[in-house]
Amino acid sequence: MSTPTGAGRLDLPGTPIFDGDTSRRGFRMNKLFMSLRDAAARERFLADEAAYCREFRLSAEQEQAVLARDWQAMIDLGGSIFYVYKLAMMDGRSMQYLGGVFTGMGEDDFLAAMRAGGRRDG
Amino acid sequence: MAEVIWGLATSHVPSIGAAMDRGKTEDPAWQALFDGYAPARAWLAEHRPDVAVLVYNDHANGIDLDFIPTFGLGTAERYEVADEGYGRRPVPDVLGHPELSFHLVESLVDEGFDLTVFQELAVDHGFTVPLSVWTPDPGDAWPCPVIPLLVNVIQYPQPTAARCYALGQALGRAIRSFPGDLTVGVLGTGGMSHQLAGTRAGFINPDFDAMWMEAVEKDPARLAALSREELIRQAGSEGIELIMWLVMRGALDEQVTKVHSDYFVPASNTAAGIALFDNRAPEA
Repeated sequence: MSTPTGAGRLDLPGTPIFDGDTSRRGFRMNKLFMSLRDAAARERFLADEAAYCREFRLSAEQEQAVLARDWQAMIDLGGSIFYVYKLAMMDGRSMQYLGGVFTGMGEDDFLAAMRAGGRRDG
Repeated sequence: MAEVIWGLATSHVPSIGAAMDRGKTEDPAWQALFDGYAPARAWLAEHRPDVAVLVYNDHANGIDLDFIPTFGLGTAERYEVADEGYGRRPVPDVLGHPELSFHLVESLVDEGFDLTVFQELAVDHGFTVPLSVWTPDPGDAWPCPVIPLLVNVIQYPQPTAARCYALGQALGRAIRSFPGDLTVGVLGTGGMSHQLAGTRAGFINPDFDAMWMEAVEKDPARLAALSREELIRQAGSEGIELIMWLVMRGALDEQVTKVHSDYFVPASNTAAGIALFDNRAPEA
């Protein structure tokens, strides 16, 4: 995770904290994700994803993450999971799919772990 | 005066609503969850309040990151069900109760809870799923008007558990001071343990959830003492939503009678809990 550490910042292993710095960094990108609730916006996005990213003034790194569907990078670059999920839904991806990506387990193993009662620390 | 007759705590996982909307409640993956709701639903159907207050959080549907009210209260006559991207849930819009809303705002502001006021608000699954847990088949209308009370649980720093519990206590006093005879139900939503992102995604903590379920009934002050960090550590980065249960619990009396509770893993990536409390004075 690329989240910087500073005084008072929570640092829990494997746990992104969507705090003020993160939200400021991801602000434009999260706005883009929220816009995808609208069918017409999804159509425009899909017609030219890079142009749509520029319209929302994403950083080059964020644009690259969105175009490549690099879900971990979107989180690292300030995406809120609830906003990033709007893009995943558009792609027909589930929260279990994303869980498989974030954990490196893959969707099937992640889903199996959830059905077996979820994952534990340590 | 108005009286809080019950409190209901429930998870608000979107897939619970989707399972209902798509007729999947008897699928093997879901049946145990919905069986676990049945006793609460039956009791609630016999105890319809005049108004309900529903404590919830929005998920990038009714509000965005332009404004992040720590606490907010709806004062509208009607709350539209949000289209979260793929059509709204096939459930009725929500009628509000502006008269009680304005009374609550004034009473809570006077107590030092400076709430943001929402005159217009589209409500998302965080709101409609708990209504569906309560009333699976609402027909054309929910059982009563419902007032939204929003809590920021998305962006750190979330309000402390202690502040949520204190808000609930002030909410209880505000309801009781309403100059009209009304029965009120209070819903606290979200949780239980879960985490959606990071290498710790999929985290579930059944021991913590069991402790929470017991303490929310008998010793909520113990839960109110938990720090934000402790909540995220023990319940996961999204499990901190459980602080919204404490707003509900604070609005009830110190002694409550548990009607029913149940616990189910997984609803999507989440531990789903339900707890229903009768807040009426026990009959002598």
